[in-house]
Amino acid sequence: MTKPSNSIDTTRRNVVKGGAAVAVIAVAPGITLRTLEANAAVKGPIGPVTNAKRWGMLIDANAPEGVWDLAIDACKTEQGWGVPAKDANPSTDPQWIRKVSIKDPKTGAKATLPVMCQHCANPPCVDVCPTGASMKRADGIVLVDKHICIGCRYCMMACPYSARSFVHEDVSGQKPYMPRGKGTVESCTFCVHRVDRGRKPACVEALNKAGSNAIMFGDLNDPKSDIARAVAKFITRRIRSDLGVEPGIHYRGI
Amino acid sequence: MRSALLTKGLSVLGVILIVLGFGADISVPSAEAGEVPKPPLVKAYKGEVCVLPVDEMRRDHARLLSHQRDETVREGIRDNKFSLAGCIDCHAVTTPDVADGKVRTVEPFCAACHAYTAVAIDCFQCHSPLAPPDIGDQATLPKDHVPLTKGILVSNNNDAVIAELERKVANVTKSGAPAQ
Repeated sequence: MTKPSNSIDTTRRNVVKGGAAVAVIAVAPGITLRTLEANAAVKGPIGPVTNAKRWGMLIDANAPEGVWDLAIDACKTEQGWGVPAKDANPSTDPQWIRKVSIKDPKTGAKATLPVMCQHCANPPCVDVCPTGASMKRADGIVLVDKHICIGCRYCMMACPYSARSFVHEDVSGQKPYMPRGKGTVESCTFCVHRVDRGRKPACVEALNKAGSNAIMFGDLNDPKSDIARAVAKFITRRIRSDLGVEPGIHYRGI
Repeated sequence: MRSALLTKGLSVLGVILIVLGFGADISVPSAEAGEVPKPPLVKAYKGEVCVLPVDEMRRDHARLLSHQRDETVREGIRDNKFSLAGCIDCHAVTTPDVADGKVRTVEPFCAACHAYTAVAIDCFQCHSPLAPPDIGDQATLPKDHVPLTKGILVSNNNDAVIAELERKVANVTKSGAPAQ
């Protein structure tokens, strides 16, 4: 009875605190277990990617024009896009990579070059996406997260390179590593499923197999890489570099 | 007012009659007759235990897959423990409906329960449900797979599995813990 009146409150608070502590202990093993499990899942053999790498390409526009068909066919085969000629609808069928011919009107010099997603460092498609589906990975690869893409096509409007396509029709025969579906936007992924496992994109590999080095792929951040040395040695251009989007694809001979 | 009371009284009487068994013949068709048949449990192709206990997988597989898909697409984390490729690896089965049973597909496994529970989500509008041909090899099993020895039931005896599950659910509800 001699205790101050607030001592009761203190005691009650202690009881409450004690109870809470017990609850934490009781719950903790389960939580700890789950946390460990989650960590084990995160520590897979591959990833996460970091910004230590910056994947890029160097495309030689002076290469013989025929090699680009090889690259485009390799892309179609790898990723499962492309419609047989009899069903083709060129105005709407997806194009992940396309041949573009240019000509200097003064000199008459011509070149043909492949244009695909330029994997910009400041991608406008990511800026405008209302759902966050259009995104850039830490290593510079720009992708569409089709899980949350709503197919609004704002990114297609924003892209200075018209690199993205909307899937208008039902898709079948998808590759296990490249899900595709009607109502989403898609574009060149730099063959992200290959790159993550240390392989080169399908177009580059196909060209290399045919003895051509017309497309070079590698880490622009690594000064020892072939591509970084080539970019440092030769004058290269990036399409619409005036826009400040910092594309990851460099061209020679344009 | 009076008619409402009458209706109420009649319905109470009806309930009493039904409870006592008098209404058995005139009541609506019994629950059993109208019940959707239990889904067939498709046995895993590889006959192994899953990456988590079966009850956890049944409850949480969507959350686990959703979590890993974000990690894979956005951070490039591959060979995740809870991957759709992992599901396909073990659970894709052959069915005469698909390519005359010449390829393994995971769709029947998923569709059985999704149809039963009226779940509309379908990964396979975009993802390929087919197992790559080389994946039937036991050597490609994930490291954390262990052969079936005890504990987790992977069985063709569907009723036993379901009864066991229902017993667990009843226990959880009885003991006052939140049923998940």
